[in-house]
Amino acid sequence: MSSPLLPDGLVAFVKKDCPTCELVVPVLAALGAERPMTIYTQDDPSFPAIDGVVDDTALETSWRSDIETVPTLIDVRDGVESGRIVGWSTDDWRKFTGIDTLGEGLPEHRPGCGSLSVDPEHADALEARFGDGLDSRRIEFATAEDPFEAMHDRGWSDGLPVVPPTPERVARMLTGTSRAADDIVAVVPPNLAEVTVEKIAINAVMAGCLPEYLPVVIAAVEAVCTDEFNMHGVLATTMGVAPVLIVNGPIRHEIGMNSGMNAFGQGTRANSTIGRALQLVVRNVGGGRPGEVDRSTQGQPGKVGMCFAEDEEGSPWTSLAESLGFDSDVSTVTAFCGEAPRIIFDQMTQDPDGLTESIAMVVRANVHPRITGMDTIVAICPEHMARFRDAGWDRARFETELTARLDVEVDGILRGFDNVDEGIPTGLGFEGSTLPKVRPGGLIVVHVGGPAGLFSSTFGGWVSGPMGSVPVTKEIVR
Amino acid sequence: MSTMTVLDPTDETTPVARERTARPESLAGLTIGLLDISKPRGNVFLDRVEERLTELGASTRRFTKPTFSKPAPTDLRHEIATSCDAVIEALAD
Repeated sequence: MSSPLLPDGLVAFVKKDCPTCELVVPVLAALGAERPMTIYTQDDPSFPAIDGVVDDTALETSWRSDIETVPTLIDVRDGVESGRIVGWSTDDWRKFTGIDTLGEGLPEHRPGCGSLSVDPEHADALEARFGDGLDSRRIEFATAEDPFEAMHDRGWSDGLPVVPPTPERVARMLTGTSRAADDIVAVVPPNLAEVTVEKIAINAVMAGCLPEYLPVVIAAVEAVCTDEFNMHGVLATTMGVAPVLIVNGPIRHEIGMNSGMNAFGQGTRANSTIGRALQLVVRNVGGGRPGEVDRSTQGQPGKVGMCFAEDEEGSPWTSLAESLGFDSDVSTVTAFCGEAPRIIFDQMTQDPDGLTESIAMVVRANVHPRITGMDTIVAICPEHMARFRDAGWDRARFETELTARLDVEVDGILRGFDNVDEGIPTGLGFEGSTLPKVRPGGLIVVHVGGPAGLFSSTFGGWVSGPMGSVPVTKEIVR
Repeated sequence: MSTMTVLDPTDETTPVARERTARPESLAGLTIGLLDISKPRGNVFLDRVEERLTELGASTRRFTKPTFSKPAPTDLRHEIATSCDAVIEALAD
């Protein structure tokens, strides 16, 4: 650490319990007569009995100045350290000070003693008191190593470059939350590793997050690491599903989230990096890597990270979070186990009943037309929403009307029908009945998108309910 | 380029490497667990495996995970480990 905390001139660190320090007292006195001189004393404020002694028995200045040996002599110019020597060596001290007669009569060389600030008895307490409070293992890259390549080589990356998580960047990231760095947030599958706020912050730095995003990432980790969400299964399944994160509440604007044009796409830092940070936590802390516990057959782009905000202000309906019972001044993140979004293309239908049927037609094909009982996101774009607004429909009306259109006639989805064996097995007594395409309680409706364009979207789900994954919403705590 | 210090983003644990159980010389007289993970048609696969094992003189025990989407419960893993000499898991679809 450089030492702007030290005054200009010569600065010495000494302790009384060091014969070499005792030895150099006359030298320090002589130097003090020639040049500005400050002496930090580690164990006895009355030592040495000369001018310019500063009490450092708390060892803070010694610790912050990285003093390992006493005596240490440092030359400080314009607030910057220009050099230091340790122990006593007649030649070195003369060269360092430019005074050829310095230390006449003293032995040529004495090694000095250990600084109290690195004494094992004090070191941990000093680190805890004055350090950055970060517990993670420090890894130093060699001079010739490119940090970006080194991080890839260690397997820390999702394939894209990651920002080096230096202690400074991680400390800055931690300013984004009021939670202590060593708070345990969750147990992350598949390795069931406890994750602290600090470990999340490290991965958030790597993902490219700003500190103000950190509370969202923490809440997202909490959400997916629940029995209900079942992150282990979501990761391990051969089906290409991933956590889809939906953010509600005031934090959307405070951190610059995109709920408008291209909200599912590239170009907004918060959207792009929050979902990625969650995935890096699962990868690096949980140990969930493709080809290992992650067995996804084809994967999908959302496995890099999928996060967007709801456009609450542009919607005539209550927000998703409000519909789940949260107040509008509370920020939340909802984690949904989903496929990639598919487009609901309807540029013609004006009538709200017709548009609901149009949306249902696409939802009925989610995953496969013969698969039922899955959870689903329906993301309505502003121009489609205008149809419902103009007709006076509210959220409840839309959800009721849509759900009614998602009862699928079993006779049309029976196994073997049309020579397709996917479907409901015959002989189980379902013939002639209907099954819900979407699990009751598993429909998530949000308003999102740019002002122009008649393209809504739907995200199909995975195995739903207690046997699979249930959407989980967590409050975002700053 | 100067050196750079970064913080470890992992959980900082090292997996313990364990020896695999020695391969049995013969299946005769052994008890083989057959674990159905509750995927469709897993039973078709395990039924056939069970026939072959019986021909080879092994006895079998059938187990089923409650759902393929979650890890096997600890009690089930314990039961398999304490009552069988080996286990075959059906990852069928």
